[in-house]
Formats: sequence, C-alpha cells, structure tokens
Amino acid sequence: MPEPQPNPTARQIWMGVLARCRPDRLAALMPDLAAHVVLRPAEVGAVMVRGRVGAVGSPFNLGEMSVTRCSVRLDDGAVGHGYVQGRDKGHARRAAVLDALMQTTQAPDLQATVLDVLIAEEAAGRQARAEKAASTRVEFFTLVRGEDK
Amino acid sequence: MSLAPQAMTGGFADAPVQSARAFRAALDALSRPGRIVAVEGVQPPAPLSVAAGVLLLTLADGTTPVHLAGAFDCAVLRDWITFHCGAPLVGSDAATFAVGDWSALHPVGRFAIGRADYPDRSATLIVELDHLTAAGARLTGPGIADVAHLSLPDIAAFQHNRALFPLGFDTFLTCGDRLAGLPRSTRVEAV
Repeated sequence: MPEPQPNPTARQIWMGVLARCRPDRLAALMPDLAAHVVLRPAEVGAVMVRGRVGAVGSPFNLGEMSVTRCSVRLDDGAVGHGYVQGRDKGHARRAAVLDALMQTTQAPDLQATVLDVLIAEEAAGRQARAEKAASTRVEFFTLVRGEDK
Repeated sequence: MSLAPQAMTGGFADAPVQSARAFRAALDALSRPGRIVAVEGVQPPAPLSVAAGVLLLTLADGTTPVHLAGAFDCAVLRDWITFHCGAPLVGSDAATFAVGDWSALHPVGRFAIGRADYPDRSATLIVELDHLTAAGARLTGPGIADVAHLSLPDIAAFQHNRALFPLGFDTFLTCGDRLAGLPRSTRVEAV
C-alpha cells in the first residue's frame, strides 16, 4: 500500500517543478523508470493560459500552450499523473512515474536526488536572468528645478 | 479522495486508431438499422458492457453530458467516465447520451428530442440488453434494403419516437461486445 498522501501543497510544488523542467535534465537525474502500468497513454494537447493584468485585473486569455499528459500506476498501486509543458511524451511518462514514486516510501530519497536538484537549478536560472536584466536597468531621475520649494 | 483501481484502467490503449475503428462501427450500425456489429478495445468496470464503454469513449467528451440511469449510476462508473472521457454527468433532461437498461431509462419521454430548427440537439440512448439478436420486431426505413429484424425491448416507445420525426432520440442497443443502431427514422412493427 502507498503511504498516506502528502499534503496537496507539496504535491503541487513537485508537479510544477516536473512540468517546467527540461526533459533531458529529468532523464539524466532519473534514468531508470520503476515498473509501472500505463493507465492513460501519453497524449499531446493544448491548454489555454489565462492571465490577469497585475494579477488583480479581469482575466484574459494569454494564449495556448502545448501540454503532454500521462497517467501510470506502479505495481504497489500508487497512481501518478504527469502534466508537462511541450510535446515530449517520454518526459510526461517519466514525470508521471516520479509523481507516483513520490507517494511511496521512496519519496525522501527522490526529493533529495531529483526534485531538490531541479528546484535549485530553476532558482539559479531565474536568478541569472534577473541579474542579467538588472544590469541593464536604467534609473531615471530629474534635477531639482527649484519650483517645488 | 481515492479511486477504485478499475476506475482508471480499461481505456483505449491506442486511442486514435481504436476510436476511429469504433466510430466506423457505430456509424455502420446506425446507418444500417438491424445490423449487429462487434467492437473492442476497452474494458469498462461492471455493470457497463464492452460495447457501451466503446461507444462512450468514442462519442462522449467534455462537451457531451452523459446521464447514467438506474444501477449504472455507481461511483466506479462515474469515476471511469470522468477519468477517460471527461464528460459531465447530468440528469436525464440535460443529457446528450443516456446509458442504462431499458427499465431504468423508461419513461424515455424525458430525454431531449431536439427542436424544429435544431433536430440534432437530441439525446442518444445507449440501451444495455441481456440478449441482442437479429430476430423480433420488424424494422423498415432508411438504410434497410427490404426488412430487418431486431430484438427490441419495447415496440410502442419506438413507434411513438418515429412519429416525432424529424425530432426524436436515436438509440444504440448493446450487449457484451456487440451493438446495433436504431435511428429515429426507422419504422418499428411488432411481428
């Protein structure tokens, strides 16, 4: 039997990490797939991404993005779902297997060897981009003209 | 929330090819009333038959509300339909597809028959039968060269449905892995 479900927030975090990470990085960190049965073969679809201006305005449709999904079940009964960006079916299947394994006793091990690495790389990538953007930032200021005194 | 194991298994393994074949079979059955065709590819949980499961996975999706009648309205079947085709499960009046045995579907007058300007906005009934043979009620009409026979669960209801033409519901009769079609255009007579 699988362990009791971790709290939803933790699962949301690892689903998000798996959805955003690069397929080759996940494959390098987790080369072997545990034995599993495919419940729903990997399929490619499109989802509408919605946004809000400043995160508070009324919602609008930003555009569609490709998403690949897959559902698997491990031999011990744990069911995993993979929803990943892009069209890589192997990636979706690997993410689904990892999602299922994260509900078993292997979770702490995988958290350290796979997910924490991906989270750190994602944070480093964001930091690098933010730094690159910050170095080109221009501060505007005006000289005091005297009439505000 | 935990799902029964069989609620997630038994879908099409190769959906594009298998659902195209199943659609062809359904089209065949509906355009040749009385012809019994065999379908395959899914293993739905009981009490749903293979043929009814194939029809649902081929024809139903998120835009086609499904009504489960009587004993078919059980948790494992609701979960199976939700996982595999995402169809909303609704009451009888809003259904595009209704699944059940004949006694549970009766009275069939509660299902949508379309409107004069949109006769296609009608329900399709998937009737589960204990036996399905090419014997019994006499069928004539479009798609039938001379005359066909089919073991229908009722005569009067289908005669009344024919009288509504071009409105009315269409029917699939399923038993095990075999199905037959009975569109609203077919005239039904007792033998």
